[in-house]
Amino acid sequence: MPTVKTIAVAMSGGVDSSTVAAMVRAEGHNVIGLTMQLWNQRRLGGQEGMPEQVTGRCCSLDDVYDARRVAEHIGIPYYVVNHEERFEHDVVRPFVAEYLSGRTPIPCSLCNNHLKFDQLHVVARQIGADCVATGHYARVEYDNTRGRWLLKRPTDRSKDQTYFLFGLTQEQLSRTLFPLGGMTKPEVRELARKHGLALAEKPDSQEICFVPGGDYKRFIDAYLAERGETLPDTAGELVTANGEVIGEHGGIHNFTVGQRKGLGVATGSPLYVIQINGADKQVVVGGDEHLYSRTLHGRRVNLISVGDLREPMRVAVKIRHRHEAAPAMLEKIAADEVLVTFDQPQRAITPGQAAVFYNDAVVVGGAWIA
Amino acid sequence: MRRIYLDNNATTPVLPEVLEAMRPFFGERFGNASSIHHHGQETRAAVERARDLVASLLGCRSTEIVFTSGGTESDNLAIAGLVSAGDHIITSSIEHHAVLHACKHAEEMGCEVTCVPVDGRSLVNPDDVRRALRPNTKLISIMMANNETGVLQPVEEIGRIAGEADVFFHVDAVQAAAKVSIDVNRIACDAMSISGHKMHAPQGVGALYVRKGTHLQPLFYGGRHERSRRAGTENVAGIVALGKAAETAMQSFERGEGKKMSAMRDRLEQGILAQVEGAGVNGEGALRVPNTSNIYFEHVEGEAMVISLDLKGLAVSTGAACSSGAIEPSHVLMAMGLSADRARSSIRFSLGKQNTAEDIDLPLALVPEAVARLRELSPRYKKQSITIS
Repeated sequence: MPTVKTIAVAMSGGVDSSTVAAMVRAEGHNVIGLTMQLWNQRRLGGQEGMPEQVTGRCCSLDDVYDARRVAEHIGIPYYVVNHEERFEHDVVRPFVAEYLSGRTPIPCSLCNNHLKFDQLHVVARQIGADCVATGHYARVEYDNTRGRWLLKRPTDRSKDQTYFLFGLTQEQLSRTLFPLGGMTKPEVRELARKHGLALAEKPDSQEICFVPGGDYKRFIDAYLAERGETLPDTAGELVTANGEVIGEHGGIHNFTVGQRKGLGVATGSPLYVIQINGADKQVVVGGDEHLYSRTLHGRRVNLISVGDLREPMRVAVKIRHRHEAAPAMLEKIAADEVLVTFDQPQRAITPGQAAVFYNDAVVVGGAWIA
Repeated sequence: MRRIYLDNNATTPVLPEVLEAMRPFFGERFGNASSIHHHGQETRAAVERARDLVASLLGCRSTEIVFTSGGTESDNLAIAGLVSAGDHIITSSIEHHAVLHACKHAEEMGCEVTCVPVDGRSLVNPDDVRRALRPNTKLISIMMANNETGVLQPVEEIGRIAGEADVFFHVDAVQAAAKVSIDVNRIACDAMSISGHKMHAPQGVGALYVRKGTHLQPLFYGGRHERSRRAGTENVAGIVALGKAAETAMQSFERGEGKKMSAMRDRLEQGILAQVEGAGVNGEGALRVPNTSNIYFEHVEGEAMVISLDLKGLAVSTGAACSSGAIEPSHVLMAMGLSADRARSSIRFSLGKQNTAEDIDLPLALVPEAVARLRELSPRYKKQSITIS
């Protein structure tokens, strides 16, 4: 009989985390279900054209209801913990600020770093839990030879969420369980059915939890309006790579690198956003060939499988969630800065996104693209 | 696991004698109190006996009692029933949401609302109420005892002010009824709300005292129940239970059980404060109902504290639960001028008639231990200790 632990399960009300709760409960552990209340989905409802009613997303009452019913069904204590303030401070505000300065943020990584694997871990320890289990598709294991906790890609590569988890520290990993790391999504649904979970067929959520319909521009308008702030004027020039002004744009936050639609200029060949200069409020456009680049600078580096980068290292690098990791050389060029040099030029390297470094299935670490 | 329940301001268990009194009305005494036959007469008599008992608890005439579904309905009936568009209402920042949101709705319907502040002990200043009076003031609504701190408000003084100004005075006595003795004539109020489940009757029944001759606009339209003040077939079993709970409360006043309750509360409070540094009572220095103690614990997250204690079998509360069940800082503690941090670090202990002296031992053992662990794991507390040393 394995040792009985007290395990807090981060329950979102979805199939994955609900199945995790049922799994660890079935293993005989003391299980406590926790749901983080992060954002009031009705808060910006009806403002600046935002939808009035929002359902079926993280933190919606429907999801809390589902999580509560699962907890009841499997017989575990369940609590909703309020982290709205921290979420707004550490995720929503940076999200808005990044767009307004011409970058394309990933709020899920910020939420993992600051909320799910930080605040929730604190609560879990405070209430007596040894570790926190989540429904992420990833694996965590201790490597005796290196003396380090490793983050590894899951069996089901199509569900791999390690890209969003690159910021986890050794301390956080040591107290984390990812019970779904060795399973495929269909297997998880099957297990959910076996445990009699009513939500086994609930569809996956895809979009950013606090941005209904994925319309981040409307969200930024509504958020600033609610706070009584006016949208800063980030309108400026549309220029070519050679610096030739070919038009004007309504604000840099409407653009992301690689974007083709909505540029407002008609030319013979397709034009893409190839760069956004926040300081000059310039949006640089060019042909598809201009989108490719061989290097990127990464800042705010977090290393997982190694303690330091003493010499350049061969890795495969993912520059966005849906990107095939590409072979590259990784080297440290300053205290908290790395240079990634790809073997082949990569399309649309986007400031604000993360570059995550892999050695086969092992996550070496990651950094924010400068 | 032995579970100790110290959250009686949220709800109370139905007392065995109350359950016994109401039981026949689920079975052989099932009649509709409006029916003219034997079955109706039997339940009508039971409803009217209960009305007499509730009236004696509040010191009013039986005909002045309107049975409702609970405190929220009573508050809504009093507010919506006494004002109309153009009227001015005075209330306080620490009222229950049943009053605050009913006033907000009245505002949307064309009333004006003044919300008077409270001091650091959660006390309303009667002079603030007097100063808030306007020519069109129609209603003052101030609670008798606050649900979070247990602090008793100066309702008699406010009653005099209302009388002099000739405006209606509604008192939300949900947290005071059966804890302290009440006399509506001494308070000189025109309406008073009470709730069954806060006084060991079941959830889903309450009452509103309405002074004789006061015209009340009903909330519901239907039959002529409750002298046309509250349409709907009576919740006979609930009403009987409320009557029995009122009777039990009056008997325990006679036996001086309030003193026993406050002695138990004080032992809990002093026992915790003696063991825990950086803790204090919210509302200290004001008169309180005997069952409530609201204690802040510096650098402790109340939410984590309540969960920790619940996992060990002790039920207490912090703040207010929002619709998801997550905790928001209490609007009462914020209105007292507590910082959001201190409000979040506050825990409410509230005793009930079922609690025994033994029940106090568990919190005295668990709370200091929980505070120590939570502080140990609080990033903020650590940082501060380092700065000090």
